Amino acid sequence: MFELSEHILNELELRSSLINQKCGALVTFEGWVRDFNEGKPVSRLDYQAYEELALSEGNKICAEAIEKFGAENMRCVHRTGQLNLGEIAIWIGVVSVHRDAAFKACQYVIDEVKSRVPIWKREHYVDHDSGWVNCEQCARKSFKSSGVSMSIGL
Amino acid sequence: MTCEVKISYFAILRDQRGVSEEVLSFNGTTPQELYSYLQEKFGLTFKPENLRVAVNDSFAPWQTELKSGDKVAFIPPVSGG
Repeated sequence: MFELSEHILNELELRSSLINQKCGALVTFEGWVRDFNEGKPVSRLDYQAYEELALSEGNKICAEAIEKFGAENMRCVHRTGQLNLGEIAIWIGVVSVHRDAAFKACQYVIDEVKSRVPIWKREHYVDHDSGWVNCEQCARKSFKSSGVSMSIGL
Repeated sequence: MTCEVKISYFAILRDQRGVSEEVLSFNGTTPQELYSYLQEKFGLTFKPENLRVAVNDSFAPWQTELKSGDKVAFIPPVSGG
């Protein structure tokens, strides 16, 4: 149910793979690569995954969503590697008999994937700087409080 | 007691260490002792409270008893999606 892909995602193929005549609803979510973050212009992204744990945690999340909301089936595919602006970084599709389960399960999956699955995003900025989202501040804080005089490596 | 483990590095830790994985021996048996050793040896700046631990591809507590041959990873805050 949860997959990683190094290749550009084809949303029409993904959608077709979920067609099920028992289901009256399909809810999809696409996360796109945006051209800014926290006020900085972004030129591209890299995603790095801890593959084994990302797959097991991602599949656990999909199973939880089906169990909690009674969705019929779903697919969630996350990109890895280098992505350009506008590309799909994550595609989620959920099918269910009625729409309510599909909406809720889709929201659950994206929220949980963002907080639990070991995948990291490095933003490359238009000014040629780059940084790991959610990581840089932690490294800097530790750096200052440790009092050790060395480069943080980025 | 020394323990030989395989360590995988991700994101900012991979950049700081300069390798994606390595096998090394350290004096101790828990991920907590291993991370202290890595901080001292390689100057990793991440505080352990900002990391999670995985042992053999599953999330695990910092006090897990490691045995030689285990695979250990330290997980910085994630940013997928």
